[in-house]
Amino acid sequence: MSGSFTDEQIRRYSRQIILPEVGGRGQKRLLSSRVLVVGAGGLGSSAIAYLAAAGVGTLGIVDNDLVEVSNLQRQIIHGGNIGLAKTRSAKNFVRSLNSDVDVITYQERFSANNARELVQEYDFVVDGSDNFPTHYLINDASVLEKKPCSHGSILRYEGYVTTIKPGGPCYRCIFKTPPPPGLIPSCQEAGVFGILPGIIGTIQASEALKFILGIGEPLAGRLLCFNALDMTFYEAAYEKRKDCAICGERPEITRIEQNNYLENNAEECRL
Amino acid sequence: MTEELDLRGEVCPYTFVKTKLRLEELDSGQDLIILLDDSAATANVSKSLRNDGHEILDLKTMSGGVWQILVKKA
Repeated sequence: MSGSFTDEQIRRYSRQIILPEVGGRGQKRLLSSRVLVVGAGGLGSSAIAYLAAAGVGTLGIVDNDLVEVSNLQRQIIHGGNIGLAKTRSAKNFVRSLNSDVDVITYQERFSANNARELVQEYDFVVDGSDNFPTHYLINDASVLEKKPCSHGSILRYEGYVTTIKPGGPCYRCIFKTPPPPGLIPSCQEAGVFGILPGIIGTIQASEALKFILGIGEPLAGRLLCFNALDMTFYEAAYEKRKDCAICGERPEITRIEQNNYLENNAEECRL
Repeated sequence: MTEELDLRGEVCPYTFVKTKLRLEELDSGQDLIILLDDSAATANVSKSLRNDGHEILDLKTMSGGVWQILVKKA
C-alpha cells in the first residue's frame, strides 16, 4: 500500500519519514546503505545502536576483542555478554533492536591486510578504533578507496570528531604523523568519562546518516572538540595540506603497507 | 482516474506518514483522494499537507463519519 514498506516499517521509521529531508525516499536509501564500523567499543556502541535504529540496511562490524566487565562503564550494547566476542554481542544487540538490519561481523583486527578490502564493500566508514596506527590505517584506506569516513577519538573528558570526505582534507592533514610512542598516555592510565563515547559516537552516526541521505553539512575540514568538564564544544578548522602524504599534491602513500601501521606502542588502549 | 488512499481505521501520525509515502509515488500536479474516519486526523493531515506545500482542492464530510480530502501534489 505504501511503496515497498511494511506496516511495521512505516510505524518504526514514522518519526524520520515525517522529516521533509528524509521521507520514504530517504528511508529507502538508508535501508539499502552499508556502513562499516571499525571497533565495537565505546564509540562503536553508540554508533552501532543509532545506525541500526535508523534502519541502515547493512552494518559491517570489525573487532577482535571479547567483552570484559571493565568495558560496560561505557560500551552500552554489550550488557550481559561478558566473555562473548564483541562482534557477536553487537550483532545480538542489533537483532533485538531492528531486524531490518543485516549485520556482517569480522572477528579480526582491522589491519593492513584487510583494510582496503573491507572499506571497499561499504558506503561510509565509522572509525571507532582506539589506537593511532588504526586511526591512520582507516584514514588511508578510506582515502585510497575514495570512501567517506568519520574519525572519532576520546580520552579522559575530551573527545574529537571530524568527517573525511573523498579528496580530503584528511586525518593526516590535521595530524601529519602519529605522536611519538608514550607522548599520549595509555588510556588505561588516563581513564575515560563514560558518556564521552556516547556523545562522540552519536555524532559519528549522524555524519554517516547525513551522508547517506545527502542532507545537511558534513563535519569536513572541521575538527569538533568536546570537553565534558567545561561542557563546551569548539571547532578547529583545517585545510588540505599540499604536502599531505596521502591526499596531497604528490602523495607518498599510494598503497597500504603494513610497516606504516606498526603498533609501536605496546599499550593497548581499550576505549 | 484519481488515485485513492483509504486511511479509515488509521490513527495519527500514521495517517500523514502513509499519505506522504503515497504522494512520493505520484507526479507533481497529480491528485490524490484520501479517506479518513477521524475529524482530528482529517484536520492534522490537511494541515501537514499544506505545510509541505500541497494544495487541498476539496475537503468534505461523507456519510458514515467519513472525511474525504482531495489534494494536488506540489
